Parts: sequence; C-alpha cells; structure tokens
Amino acid sequence: MTKPSFVRQSVVPVLTVLAVLVAFWYVAALFMNHSMVVAEAQLKGLAFTPSATWLRSWTLDKPLLPAPHQVIAELWRSTAGLSVTSKRSLVYHGWVTLSATLLGFLLGTLLGILLAIGIVHQKVMDKSLMPWIIASQTVPILAVAPMLIVVLNAIGISGLLPKALISTYLSFFPVAVGMVKGLRSPEAIHLDLMRTYNADDFQVFTKLRWPASVPFLFASLKVGIAISLIGAIVGELPTGAVAGLGARLLSGSYYGQTIQIWAALFAAAFLAGLLVLLVGWSERLVMHLMGARPERRAG
Amino acid sequence: MAAGQASGCVFTTGVPASMNVIDIEALSLTFETGDGPVQALSNIDLKIAKGDFVSFIGPSGCGKTTLLRVIADLEQPTGGSISVNGTTPELARLDRAYGYVFQAPALYPWRTIARNVALPLEIMGLTRAQQQERIARNLALVNLTGFEKKYPWQLSGGMQQRASIARALAVEPDLLLMDEPFGALDEIVRDHLNEQLLQLWAKTKKTVVFVTHSIPEAVYLSTKIVVMSPRPGRIHDIVESDLPRGPRPLDIRETPEFLKLAQRVRDGLRAGHSYDD
Repeated sequence: MTKPSFVRQSVVPVLTVLAVLVAFWYVAALFMNHSMVVAEAQLKGLAFTPSATWLRSWTLDKPLLPAPHQVIAELWRSTAGLSVTSKRSLVYHGWVTLSATLLGFLLGTLLGILLAIGIVHQKVMDKSLMPWIIASQTVPILAVAPMLIVVLNAIGISGLLPKALISTYLSFFPVAVGMVKGLRSPEAIHLDLMRTYNADDFQVFTKLRWPASVPFLFASLKVGIAISLIGAIVGELPTGAVAGLGARLLSGSYYGQTIQIWAALFAAAFLAGLLVLLVGWSERLVMHLMGARPERRAG
Repeated sequence: MAAGQASGCVFTTGVPASMNVIDIEALSLTFETGDGPVQALSNIDLKIAKGDFVSFIGPSGCGKTTLLRVIADLEQPTGGSISVNGTTPELARLDRAYGYVFQAPALYPWRTIARNVALPLEIMGLTRAQQQERIARNLALVNLTGFEKKYPWQLSGGMQQRASIARALAVEPDLLLMDEPFGALDEIVRDHLNEQLLQLWAKTKKTVVFVTHSIPEAVYLSTKIVVMSPRPGRIHDIVESDLPRGPRPLDIRETPEFLKLAQRVRDGLRAGHSYDD
C-alpha cells in the first residue's frame, strides 16, 4: 500500500525535476562552451559540422561548464577509481573535510547550548551577550577564516583544529539562538506547575526546559551541520590547498580544472545532504523515544 | 487541625490560629499594567474550613482565578492578609501543602501518564518504590489504571484532566486547588467527572477550592459557593449549601432545594453584573 504511493509522491516528482535540470544543464553547457569549441576549431584549422560542435562542447578537457556526464565520470574516477589514501581521491579529501566538520559541529553545538543556558537563566548574560552573538555573524567568514588560520598557525596550532574552529564559529549561532527559544518555549502553566511543586531551577531545567527544547535543538542542528561543512571548506582555502574538499576547489580553480571543481562541489553537496539526513534520522529516533505523536503525512 | 499545623501560626500576620485552612481578610490585588493600575481583587474576606468544598463562581474578569492563584502563591496580594494552613501562602507552597489543577491538563507530552504523575514525586525526592505505590494508588482513584504507559496524546481530554488530578493528588496535599478543570470538556464528560470528583472528595476528605463559571457545576459540587463580580473583583455573596454533604446523585439537580440554590447564585451573578450594559 505505502510503496506505490511513496513512488508516486516522492520519487516521481524528484526525478522529474532532476530530468529538467539535467536537460537545462546540457543546453547551458552547449552555449557556454560554444566559443571555446569555435576557437579550438580555428586554432587547428578544422571545420566542425554543427553536430560535431555540439558533441565537442560536451567533451572538452577544460570546459567553462562541464557537462553532467563529465562531472559524474570525474566523481567516479576520483572515488571508486582511486585508493582512498591517494592525494587525488575525493574520499580522502572528503574525509579530511568531514572530520573538521564533525569536530567543529560538536564544539559549536556544545558552545551554543551552554550560551543558551546562560542566557535563559541570567538576565545579565541575555543583555550583554546576545548583541555580541548576533554581531559575530555579521563579520564575513571569508575575511575571518584566513586570519584565524594564520594566527593559530603562528602559535603552533595547525591541521584539524583551526578548520574545526571556523565550523564552530558558524555553527554555534543557530544552536544558541534556537536553544534560547527552545528553553523559553514551555507554556506558563507548565512553569506554574513546577512552581507549585517548589522545584528548583535545576529541576525546572532538566524536567521541563531541556525536554521542551529538543525539537528546537534538532531544527538548529540541521542548520548547524550544513553550515559547519561550509566553515570547514572555507577553512581549507587559506591553508595553501593542502587537503580537503576546499583544497580541491582551490587547486581546481588554479589550474582551470573545471571538472575537478564541479566534482568537488558535488562531493560537498552530497556530504551536506548526507549529514542533514543523519540529523533528521536521529531527530525522528529521539522524538519517537520521547513519545511524540507520529506525524501524519498530508495527503 | 493537626497539631503540627498549629506551629504555623508563628508565620501568620497577626491572625490567631484558627480551624480555617484558608483565612483571607481585606485582601486586595492591583496589577500594574501599561494602561495604569487594574484592581483585580478588592476587599476580599473569606474563611474556608477544613473539609469544605468551596466554589468561586463569577463572570470572566471577576478575579476568581486570580484569587485561587493568590492562595497558591502564584500571585502576590497588594493589601490585606491571607493565611493558608495557618501560615503564609509562600510557606504553604514551599511545604507543598496543596495540589493545583489547571484549566488545561498541563501534562508533559514527553512523559507517559505514569511518569507525569511521578513528576512531583521525583521533585520531592521520593524513592522509586514510594513513587510506584503513589502512582498506582492515585491513578486508581481517578479510574486510569491500565493507562500508565500511554502518552497524553493517546488519551481523551477528559482522561487527560483526570490524569492531571491524579498528579495533584499524588503530592498528598490536604488542599486541592482547581481552576476550571472541566471548562474545556463537553457536558456529558463534565457531568461524569463532577460525579467522580465528589466521590473522590468524600473518600479523601480533602479541602477543595474550585473555580468555575457554571452554576449547576458550582451548586452540585459545593458546600459553599462564593459568588464574585467584576470591576473590581469582589465577593458579592457567599451561599452555604444545605444539600447533603458527600457523594450526591446527579439527579439532585432536579430537586427544588438545588433549584433554589441555583436561583440564588444566578440572582447574585445578575446583581453583581447590573451596572454593566
């Protein structure tokens, strides 16, 4: 019963959109690479038929916009086609980025939760910290990241941690803001109830505020994990393109390897999707364990 | 009154220790709002004896819920004196002297029914075995045995409110404060719960203060009906019921005695309202 409706409701629309996008992409590649093909033909003194021009614009080595099959081929070559320890393997680079992402996400989540707890319980912290927290996110991360990396390098900290700290810098924000709202989400009568029991602040926190904030936490974590990945990639740019998906993006742009850039981009997008999916799954598991009413799909 | 409570008179504001569970004199409460002060309660005098079932009835804005919240130390009066269990409302609250039932069940959705009833017991620091015993006993009192492992959303509105009553009873207070607990329920469920509540009251011999805006509910349940009127919130009339104490059949609502009481309450509500439109 559920399977056909799942296919009809989820798979078919997604595939339709995908097909339209791919078709559009091929057409775009045709137009964007046209001048390069023409230039190449003139250089070699060849006369391409229109159909040969078409085909050539989808098979250039360094096209302006690579065709989808070129990106997929590159993705395949640099993942399944190489040993994972190879410096050209996207699995290797993906792992480098992933480890920084996860460490930064973990630290950012902890920092965000601690800040939110302080803000909710101390008026002084609410007044003094909140403006700074918001201000911290108005600074362009692309400007901060190189400085942070260089400063930390100067005091002997390099490798995973500086990149992770940039992820932390980005990911603590949605967690802090979401958790402030979540910890303040209990209704007045729920708080009154605790007051009639003469419960102390710690009991109100563990038995009411914390469980009430869990849905808010997961909403924040979904934003936080995606933004952590961005932070890690940005953190890899100023390190001289040593390792990581960010490094692949940068070296690709140095050498005009557009196919490599696109493959790295797709790897990053795939990783982000996977991470958000994992957070979503853990959310469903936790909400189930907390006895939440199963969501009914609108239909 | 128990001997232990006599020592509570140390904390009263000059009122001699009496047999009253609640003793209110010349109490007033003014809220400071953006539009200036609003007098929610004015010159309230009320005594509630142990074992009484007292209803506060009146139109919205008459301060009946506010008065209940003052008794529970959820609002602070701005004038007059009040003692609860022979002491101040705050000390009574710190002593967990009352159980409070809100308009909504206010069950925590992430806790099962049993764990919701356990909530105050965990805060009080009872052992697991004591908790289990009180959960079983109080769920049985409200006829919810067998629903321990259900989550609130799996229960009907009436069952949820019964669970919240079990939670209030689990604290084992002598005083039960109920703020329109059945206001959101349909009349058939409400009748049924009213009957059950009276049986419960007769069985447990607790003092109950009950806020309602339903005349039949107030007259059916109460030994004493406090008729209140708004702007400023004040007591218009206190009606002592001459209906038999203890469990009353629902049919009692058809008797002339009942109708006479209801008429007096209705007249009181109308008189308190007369200056309105």
